[in-house]
Amino acid sequence: MALILAYSLRNLLARRLTAALTAGGMALVVFVFAAILMLAEGLERALVDSGSPENAVVLRKGSNSEVQSPVAVAEAAIVESLPGIAAGADGRPLVARELVVLIQLPRRGGEGTSNVTLRGVAERSLRLRPQVRLAAGREPQPGLPEVVVGQGAAQRFAGAGLHEELAFANRTWRVVGLLDAGNTAFDSEIWADADLLLQAFRRRSYSSVLLRLAEPGRLEELRGRLEGDPRLSLEVKREIDYYREQSEATATFLRILGTALAAIFSVGAVVGAMITLYAAVAHRTAEIGILRALGFPRGVILAAFLTEAVFLGLAGGLAGMLAAAGLEALTVSTTNFQTFSEVVFRFRLSGPIALEALGFALLMGLAGGLLPALRAARMNLLEALGRG
Amino acid sequence: MNPDAEAPVLVELAGVRKSFRRGGETLPVLEGLSLRVRRGEFFALMGPSGSGKSTLLHLIAGLDRPDAGAIRVGGVEITALSEAELTAWRARRVGFVFQFYHLIPVLTALENVELPLLLTGLDRRRRRAHAELALELVGLADRRGHTPARLSGGQQQRVAIARAIVTDPPLVVADEPTGDLDRSSAGEILDLLEGLCTNLGKTILLVTHDPRAARRAHTVRALDKGVLTDAREALDPQCR
Repeated sequence: MALILAYSLRNLLARRLTAALTAGGMALVVFVFAAILMLAEGLERALVDSGSPENAVVLRKGSNSEVQSPVAVAEAAIVESLPGIAAGADGRPLVARELVVLIQLPRRGGEGTSNVTLRGVAERSLRLRPQVRLAAGREPQPGLPEVVVGQGAAQRFAGAGLHEELAFANRTWRVVGLLDAGNTAFDSEIWADADLLLQAFRRRSYSSVLLRLAEPGRLEELRGRLEGDPRLSLEVKREIDYYREQSEATATFLRILGTALAAIFSVGAVVGAMITLYAAVAHRTAEIGILRALGFPRGVILAAFLTEAVFLGLAGGLAGMLAAAGLEALTVSTTNFQTFSEVVFRFRLSGPIALEALGFALLMGLAGGLLPALRAARMNLLEALGRG
Repeated sequence: MNPDAEAPVLVELAGVRKSFRRGGETLPVLEGLSLRVRRGEFFALMGPSGSGKSTLLHLIAGLDRPDAGAIRVGGVEITALSEAELTAWRARRVGFVFQFYHLIPVLTALENVELPLLLTGLDRRRRRAHAELALELVGLADRRGHTPARLSGGQQQRVAIARAIVTDPPLVVADEPTGDLDRSSAGEILDLLEGLCTNLGKTILLVTHDPRAARRAHTVRALDKGVLTDAREALDPQCR
């Protein structure tokens, strides 16, 4: 019934200021809710995008991340010799032995220090990651204390800019290149020659072996060989699965935080909507009376006020979402609890988040509108008309 | 004088009792009241405040229920209807005109008139056509897009009359329709009500304090202390 919808909408417009303030309260809640979900989504996307479906990463059995995964030099050599690994143009297998070390670096602007992922890479590392490319400078030369730095890290850490110098592991390292890694986790990393890092940090083992599968669908065969080999105590994961697991704990934490915060704040917004709509019902008592006298059943009165509540929720939801969408322009960093290193990423608004936030807003509207609408529908007709 | 003594009875009340409870007290308002109104009759009900005339109007219009007695309107025993049935019955069979117009402030004149048609099966185009015709009948076709706030009291009451007749109900009840109007607007409203009776054959049930209003009716009854007293018939022109 278009006229009933128009009736509800115009009643809200007739009380613009009250309606706007009420919707504003709901918009704030939706903003917080959407923003935190967008944070979780951005983090997850950054880490999931870091992986490639054709790649597999070999780690120590039972380790959750590269940081806690020693892969002995001998083991790495065996992995490289396994069949099922794609070969490069030169006929050699596309494999990279990598080492991951966490170091602390001072932030730019003297705001204390933060953990950063230092990745020891091999010649093939860059080629195995098509999402990462050299944006400036050149690749580090094997054997020399040179690093390339992700652009996110270059902006955040003192001495990490191109041609600047970083000090760690009792040496000075020269930044010879910058990596453009999109919004992936590599954007927050520093890369150097893996074998040089082994020496510098006095390590005897790598952290992982990254390889390109000859046939992406045949990961299970490789897993069978790897896990069936008595010399190895390793496991293999598809690279995207590995990164998904990396983001899981933090993203889940953020989602729970967002939902809990929104649930608490929403109580205030729902009470606000309820007060507004109770006032509307009181203000329009005679109107309700005449509608009932004209023959509109109680259900229509209920629906008309619920529609108003839904409009309020919708307005709040859209305003909150619009504000949250503005966050997409921001870049933030957080500590990834799986690796304890800093990850830089963006707020990401996805379709499901938009739907969840809008649904949440509508729910708040309905929750706030239900009791006032019931009061309106249950009103005694003659009392409503102003006669007892 | 009745318009036509042969016309069928539209409204018939028999032994109707109604009382209200205030605090712990029961206040009887109507005590065994009986009444007949013929189809096409302009019937005015007078009486002092608190005499129960509005209560009687509410009972006949199906807005309230009696404690005892029978009310039959157009052959339907309305006291036997369920609440939902009574609501649907009102929508089809009764038009309402109130002292304070009771228009919906956020809707235009045309939309206010269209409102009762939402409860019929008519499509939007036909609803609009009916509503425009009703507005024309009350002489406000040129104000169709105005909201009530932009209309005078008399114009608002004319919109209310258009709303009362748009579904073509046989019975129109009017509760002090001129009570809030100046003399000339009141005259216009009474002319309109009279016209509904004369030209459209509507049965008009008017509750009023105003002897000038009552004088327009075929039949005038006075209600005092819950009892319908002797008829005082107006001598004004006949309807039908």
